[in-house]
Amino acid sequence: MSGEPRGRAFWALAIFFGAFLLFLYGPTLTILVLSFQGPEGGLTFPLQGLSFHWYGTLWQGVGVVDIWAAFRRSVRMSLVVMVLTTIIALAAGYAFRRRFTGQSGLFHLTIASLIVPSIVVSLGIALQFRLIDDSIKALGEAYGIEWIVEGYTTAMGLFSSGLGAHLTWTLPFGLLIMFAVFNRFPGELEEAARDLGASPWQVFRHVVLPLIAPSLVGVALFGFTLSWDEIARSSQAIGDVNTLPLELQGLTTTVTTPEIYALGTLTTGVSALVIGLAFAVMAGWKRLRAARAARG
Amino acid sequence: MLQRARHWCQGHAALLQAAPLALVLALFFVLPLLATAVVSLWDYTEYSLVPDVTARNYREMFEGCASLTLCTTFRTYLSTLKLCLLVWVFTLTIGFTVAYFLAFMVRTEAMRTVLFLLCTAPFLTSNVIRMISWIPLLGREGVANRALQSLGIVSQPVEWLLFSEFSVVLAFVHLYTLFVTVPVFNSLMRIDRRLLEAARDAGATGWQTLWHVVVPLAKPGIVIGSIFVIVLVMGDFVTIGVMGGQQIASVGKVIQVQMSYLQFPAAAAQAMVLLALVLGMIVALTKLVDIRREL
Repeated sequence: MSGEPRGRAFWALAIFFGAFLLFLYGPTLTILVLSFQGPEGGLTFPLQGLSFHWYGTLWQGVGVVDIWAAFRRSVRMSLVVMVLTTIIALAAGYAFRRRFTGQSGLFHLTIASLIVPSIVVSLGIALQFRLIDDSIKALGEAYGIEWIVEGYTTAMGLFSSGLGAHLTWTLPFGLLIMFAVFNRFPGELEEAARDLGASPWQVFRHVVLPLIAPSLVGVALFGFTLSWDEIARSSQAIGDVNTLPLELQGLTTTVTTPEIYALGTLTTGVSALVIGLAFAVMAGWKRLRAARAARG
Repeated sequence: MLQRARHWCQGHAALLQAAPLALVLALFFVLPLLATAVVSLWDYTEYSLVPDVTARNYREMFEGCASLTLCTTFRTYLSTLKLCLLVWVFTLTIGFTVAYFLAFMVRTEAMRTVLFLLCTAPFLTSNVIRMISWIPLLGREGVANRALQSLGIVSQPVEWLLFSEFSVVLAFVHLYTLFVTVPVFNSLMRIDRRLLEAARDAGATGWQTLWHVVVPLAKPGIVIGSIFVIVLVMGDFVTIGVMGGQQIASVGKVIQVQMSYLQFPAAAAQAMVLLALVLGMIVALTKLVDIRREL
């Protein structure tokens, strides 16, 4: 095939593909440019000069919302979700290579968690925690437990219901990536290690883990970025405090200055940074391994 | 004793490794769905849940639906389904075309990887920001309106470009096309290239090969992508809210509003009906494929 001149179909599809990329990236690049709008400028073109003005006002905080507290909360949350997603998905992916009771049930449950509408999951978690709260309060009153009657409000929060809501979204992706990884994994290596007398832990630690480590970076990347941008599942299930994307959603109706573009660009910047970092680590890892292999 | 415990652990290593996943899903997926099912049958007052079994929530949802004029619930579902259908058609057409180009038209593996990553990277960035990115393009003073006016196509700014059904569908297509592209690309990459050559040798035109060879073999990917798009649109309230200027009705929005008024049982009933509808659509979709394969 290669070497033949490109046909008309190729050029038509190539133009279509180029237009699609423009469609995909054009708007994001537009707000990137507009976030440097001059102090007099508005939400649309033309640019009234170039400045960091709106990043400056963003730094001061956006109106009544403490955007930087939300920013820090989101970073903490995404890091925790990233670590948990990687560990839980790795363990489960490893388990799925052998048989265990309830295997097919767990697989279907994971897929279901991916495809049940997010608003339903979010509402369910909210109801569940409301029922838990009501039960705790009823218990406290029935037995006269003082701290419950006086001070207890809710079990709902960022790292209880919120964390759970995020994990129902990130774990299915994590598990599917692990499936893809282990499908291509050379099983002979493990067998060889076992034949040489390695314990199950040694096989995992010295044979499997080094080989799949770059893919684990991919799982971590999904864990972080999916949590960083999550709205639908957290919306009802996070309690009083908000994460950055939830604040952003609120700001879309109230903020009418390019400040929101600055915030948007900053948020996309964090995602881009994490993606770049993940790819750098993966590439570095592969190079390191190649160098080691070359040395023998 | 310790010895025996250790022995058990070794025998059930896989089970233990899968346990954290099972635990998280049990706590934050299965129990919440059960809670929703139960609460949807409860009564409620202005400020509390009343655990009496009642059909009130379901009854109120479909009140007046027997008459000829459409009740609110049916209207909401119809408007959501209409959006869903539009988004499905566009994401499928665009997603398939992009996947086809990537799978069959790009010659080197490295180029394919780069282009594939370019198509998928936006998935890892914020949806809300990708939505508000349309404001400078579609607003009253936006790029599109200025272009239309300076070309003399319209004299007044076009109002329906932003905060309308148009912008909602556009944003959905922008956000979710990749949910079709990725699974379809996967299916296309598995097609044995000799089949295409065989079709050509047998005298099939390009379109005939596409329709009778490629599309049937891409069905699994098409179905998976369709399931994603349907689920994401049917339950949506964020995109419809932001891009519709909080003016367009959708099932997800109704649930969200009922939650904010603390009408939990009503919201739960609404969620159960939505869940049943979505699952029904998924089952129908998977059946469709199997039947076709049988023929």
